[in-house]
Amino acid sequence: MNNAVAQPQTVVVLGGASDIGQAIVAELVSPALRTVVLAVRRPETLDAAALAFGDAEIVVVPFDAEAPSTHADVIDGIVDRVGDLDVVVQAFGQLGAPGLSDPVDAAMLAEVNYVGAVSSGLAVAEQLRRQGHGTLVVLSSVAGVRTRASNFVYGSTKAGQDGFATGLGHSLAGTGARVMTVRPGFVRSSMTAGMSEAPFSVDPTDVAAAVAGGLRRHRSVVWVPGILRVVMGLLRFAPDAVWRRLDR
Amino acid sequence: MRTTHRELTGWGRTAPSTATVHDVSADELAPEIIQRLVTPRGIIARGLGRAYGDSAQNAGGAVLRLGPGPIHLDAAAGTVRVGAGVSLDELLRHVVPRGFFVPVSPGTRFVTVGGAVASDIHGKNHHVDGSFGAHVEAFTLLTADGDQRVVTPQADPDLWWATIGGMGLTGVITEAIVRLLAIETSRCIVDTERVPNLDSLLERMESGDHRYRYSVAWVDLVASGSNLGRAVLTRGDHATSAELAEYDADGAADPLAFAPPSLAKVPQGLPNLLSRPAVRAFNELWYRKAQREHRSIESITGFFHPLDMIGDWNRLYGRPGFLQYQFVVPFQAVDTLRSIVATVADSGHASFLAVLKRFGAESGGMLSFPTPGWTLTLDLPAAAPGLGELLADLDRRVLAVGGRHYLAKDATTTPEVIRAGYPRLDEFLQVRRRVDPHGWWVSDQARRLDLL
Repeated sequence: MNNAVAQPQTVVVLGGASDIGQAIVAELVSPALRTVVLAVRRPETLDAAALAFGDAEIVVVPFDAEAPSTHADVIDGIVDRVGDLDVVVQAFGQLGAPGLSDPVDAAMLAEVNYVGAVSSGLAVAEQLRRQGHGTLVVLSSVAGVRTRASNFVYGSTKAGQDGFATGLGHSLAGTGARVMTVRPGFVRSSMTAGMSEAPFSVDPTDVAAAVAGGLRRHRSVVWVPGILRVVMGLLRFAPDAVWRRLDR
Repeated sequence: MRTTHRELTGWGRTAPSTATVHDVSADELAPEIIQRLVTPRGIIARGLGRAYGDSAQNAGGAVLRLGPGPIHLDAAAGTVRVGAGVSLDELLRHVVPRGFFVPVSPGTRFVTVGGAVASDIHGKNHHVDGSFGAHVEAFTLLTADGDQRVVTPQADPDLWWATIGGMGLTGVITEAIVRLLAIETSRCIVDTERVPNLDSLLERMESGDHRYRYSVAWVDLVASGSNLGRAVLTRGDHATSAELAEYDADGAADPLAFAPPSLAKVPQGLPNLLSRPAVRAFNELWYRKAQREHRSIESITGFFHPLDMIGDWNRLYGRPGFLQYQFVVPFQAVDTLRSIVATVADSGHASFLAVLKRFGAESGGMLSFPTPGWTLTLDLPAAAPGLGELLADLDRRVLAVGGRHYLAKDATTTPEVIRAGYPRLDEFLQVRRRVDPHGWWVSDQARRLDLL
């Protein structure tokens, strides 16, 4: 159960190898936290012994975002092992190659970022609805708010995931289960290593702090940094020519 | 019976969860009803939802709300047999005009008799009269085996002391026989003192509390430095007929009048209005308006339940809600008390008026909170950054001197903190296993704190 200051006892990260996912868990460490489940594609490559989240037990389970037919079983298996899920973070996702134009590669990206988010999101939602409490934290992106020429395939997958997440949140109203959609700007992480930074860049710890704050305030959408809510609110309505010029 | 599926929180409006809520009237109660309503995630009784945290909600399970029941006053014996779903408000409206008062009153009339027993509530008279459970002669308990049994401390002491303060985890209390206090009037004679700092407050309470039935101090936890712990101490007792005639000649015409006013209702959807500057301003005003030393005559509502005049006051904290942190430390742990007051005052968190009181003897309930010592209660906005860390630090200091936390208020402690504060927890769990072998009585709090 979450306590009154939104400190969970059990946190699950789908995409548990993600920098941002692990930073969120580190931010949620408290005397209340007992179990951290890292669901990752290749458990053998994750050095769990090198990780520590307070006194919490760390459980590593296999999870493949590209295998939607397994997602319900993965979630059920986690519940059998650790009980109620207080916070589940959907942290998996790929950026895709720069200038991605290969149809098959693009479809694979959509498979992970969107299709995987839909199937795992619904599996989590079913469990949260059953247990009558808990929050699904979905790591979306500002890239999905208005897609750009330079990464529109990625942006479109994030747009789909974002729309799914906010709609799922509405569908769960009154069930005790919640969805919090997180829209970070450019995050300096291993996924973006080597790329030139965009304005309003943040670190995984900034995203983590914003997630913890959003949980405390019962928010349904969180922008990181917060100013992006205003910036993107305006840019959404920028003329196409202006929007293209901004996309360097 | 009315059944709905809805989201519940405690009075603090934090940590919501959804359950199937059954509103059951007193005459629909039958032993087999629990067998019918229980879910794989259990069932828990809920009164008026005034516990601050998650003690009366059950995520994904069932919640039973018992409606108002009969009130049978035996004026000769000074006792009342009352349905557990009856609120202290209804009970007072019935018994005050007949010359009786509840033996223990918390800061609100809007709690049920069942909740009062299950939380073993205390009031301003704890140092003299003990907690609510000390004034109960018998209660009826609906247990998981489908039995509806009358429990007394003589017949089944284990079940009795596991249920008094047991947070509903042994069964549903359906009725209780409660000893009342005879009163001559519905007014109180109250001595108010403005006290400039914590040390003189502690000294005055230690030396003078025994002269009063009721005593409580409202402490300003935003003031620091030389004003640290400044307070308004109010102490009093029920006015006699002679006192009423002396202080309020007009009121003496109707000595047992009881008409609690409702002044305002807080609307939905406000942001948190109790920010630190607002709290600081309020506390300052309230301290300055109090007279240095003053004797007055007050109504029951004015003295016992002032916040009841403002409906839904918990909405003042906005959507993220608030929590009430209450602990007790032994009398000799004054240094810990002082350090906690200083830490909170310097923390930057906006604690609205805090309440300090001296507890008397324990009731005997295995999970009953009151134990001799100082008890401090503070209200804090829940969304404030760093609050979890602050409270974890306070938890450690409270436990280090042998203190404990109040389950009816708790919303942030851990299983370890409760285990350390309640040495009789295992004894409680044994009784629970005896009367509830399948673990039907479950609340979110019980899940969070391993009380199962």
